[in-house]
Amino acid sequence: MKTKFIVTTALGLGLAVSLSIGAQADEPKTMSGASAEMLSNTCAGCHGANGASNGPATPSIGGLSKEYFIEVMEGFKTAETPSTIMTRIAKGYSSEEIKAMAGYFAAKKFTKAKQKFDAAQVKKGKKLHDKYCEKCHAENGQLSEDDSGILAGQWTPYLSATMADYVDGKREMTKKMKKKVNKLMEKEGDAGLTALNHFYASVK
Amino acid sequence: MTIKFNRRKFVQSAGLITAASVLTTPSLVLGATKKVVVIGGGTGGATAAKYLRLADPSIEVTLIEANKEYYTCFMSNLVLGGSKTLDSIKFGYSGLAGHGVKVVHDVVTGIDAAGKKVMTAGGNTFAYDRCIVSPGIDFHWDKIEGYDAKAAETVPHAWKAGSQTLALRKQLEAMNDGGTVVIAPPPNPFRCPPGPYERASQIAHYLKNNKPKSKVLILDPKTKFSKMGLFTQGWKDLYGYGTDNSMIEWRGAAQEAGVVKVDAASRTVTTQFGDEVKADVLNVIPAQKAGKIAFAAGLTNKKGWCPINLQTFESTIHKGIHVLGDASVAKGMPKSGYSANSQGKVCAAAVAAMLSGGDAPVPAYVNTCYSIVGADYGISVAAVYRLAADGSKITKMSGGLTATDASAETRRREAMYALSWFDNITNDIFG
Repeated sequence: MKTKFIVTTALGLGLAVSLSIGAQADEPKTMSGASAEMLSNTCAGCHGANGASNGPATPSIGGLSKEYFIEVMEGFKTAETPSTIMTRIAKGYSSEEIKAMAGYFAAKKFTKAKQKFDAAQVKKGKKLHDKYCEKCHAENGQLSEDDSGILAGQWTPYLSATMADYVDGKREMTKKMKKKVNKLMEKEGDAGLTALNHFYASVK
Repeated sequence: MTIKFNRRKFVQSAGLITAASVLTTPSLVLGATKKVVVIGGGTGGATAAKYLRLADPSIEVTLIEANKEYYTCFMSNLVLGGSKTLDSIKFGYSGLAGHGVKVVHDVVTGIDAAGKKVMTAGGNTFAYDRCIVSPGIDFHWDKIEGYDAKAAETVPHAWKAGSQTLALRKQLEAMNDGGTVVIAPPPNPFRCPPGPYERASQIAHYLKNNKPKSKVLILDPKTKFSKMGLFTQGWKDLYGYGTDNSMIEWRGAAQEAGVVKVDAASRTVTTQFGDEVKADVLNVIPAQKAGKIAFAAGLTNKKGWCPINLQTFESTIHKGIHVLGDASVAKGMPKSGYSANSQGKVCAAAVAAMLSGGDAPVPAYVNTCYSIVGADYGISVAAVYRLAADGSKITKMSGGLTATDASAETRRREAMYALSWFDNITNDIFG
């Protein structure tokens, strides 16, 4: 009897400890282990089926690199990366779940958005891209590698909003990016960003 | 006589059973056909039908829906405000057909849970292994004196989008400047909790630009409402809320403002307190319950909603029948379009697994709900959910509202993302 009592108490304590780590203490324990597909399906309402957004503003996330997806989602969780709504949503996923979703979306094809562009702006934008961006956002901003996001074919209202956050100091840039962006803004200003958007909209 | 009649009836039934066995035996032997009948082609039903086919193309999915076209309730307020057309919220079923869903336009009259079949007004019977019901809402026509289905022809509720939305829009267009638009929101629980207040905002938006001497008066039976802080902030920012010249006035339970009586002919309402208010345009949104078929099939509880298992959405009253969307009691989730879409996916995954003899997978749900208060002015509420380990409720893991003091730029972006949300979710449902 005595032994049994001790075991039960220990189990009870163990449960209490794992509860307080897993979630706020007053919340009930929830089922975990949802599949990557189940988790990723919850994103489609805003980001489109398979992460291919129909726009006109919400970014496509299908085809993003694993590293970039994880970095951004973890950034949203701590609100270090600013967002209108993702800072509220990302907190609902554990790091393991974010990894699973990153793998799911990285395996999808990135679908380029069909957007209007102006030929003269594209020409200017291409030059600026080559000078300031191509080193990390390779292949005209199409390549999804390491921690860099896809620019070519991404919805430009989203690109504009994100660049505004970087330029305003609301979102942290890597040292390399900061150097390039500062130079770009110094020489070209907002008109440079506009030209870049036209270029990214034009990449086929 | 009695015995004879019973015997004959018995023989007839036996004959039917034999015929049915003959029909179904081959498929049972082959083990090939898994039949699912989905009733209702709204957000929940269409999502479930599509995701079932994506999960397992061997499942024969039949969607039965009365109408050839569906008008989303979400974003229909923007039709009232004038920034969206009715056509832009209209969707057909060719996308679902493309996924191999058999779309049947008919009205379901009953479900035989024991016999696993669905009967329609067109005289057809559809056998199923599992049935998914997403009937949306129906109205309590007996809670407000003088407001019934007939009165709704001239005093629109516009809570099911389509001709009702258009009727209300036309009345707003015909109203003289200086008129009063009265909105009577329903008591809880109801479809789209922020909806009546987004509607007030969108109507104010239209009036501000076209009939600036007019007003919107909300006569609410409740003490508070969804996104209340954000809406009132938005109304202050855009429509002079709280000043003498406010275009929107909200009266709640404290003033006993709930509408108890409607005179449709004169568009006059009587509040609980006894005030009589004459409207130039009147919008009454009645109290709600699960859609008709849920009652016909005996899927509802005493309160008029459908209790379910929260992992599979299977009815706790009738085995083999799943209920989702606004009609279900999805404890913890609001009755919203995003909820129905998310539930459709969870339900489809569960049904596909169960039909293959497996267990329903661990679910994950999300709700994101945008409201557009005015030009470049969006607000939102979002939540990520998991199922409680004991299955008792859908538990919020994170989420919440846009900050009340968010910048104008945040409001602009949220309006932009709201419009994107619409394009993406409708494509996810019907595309």
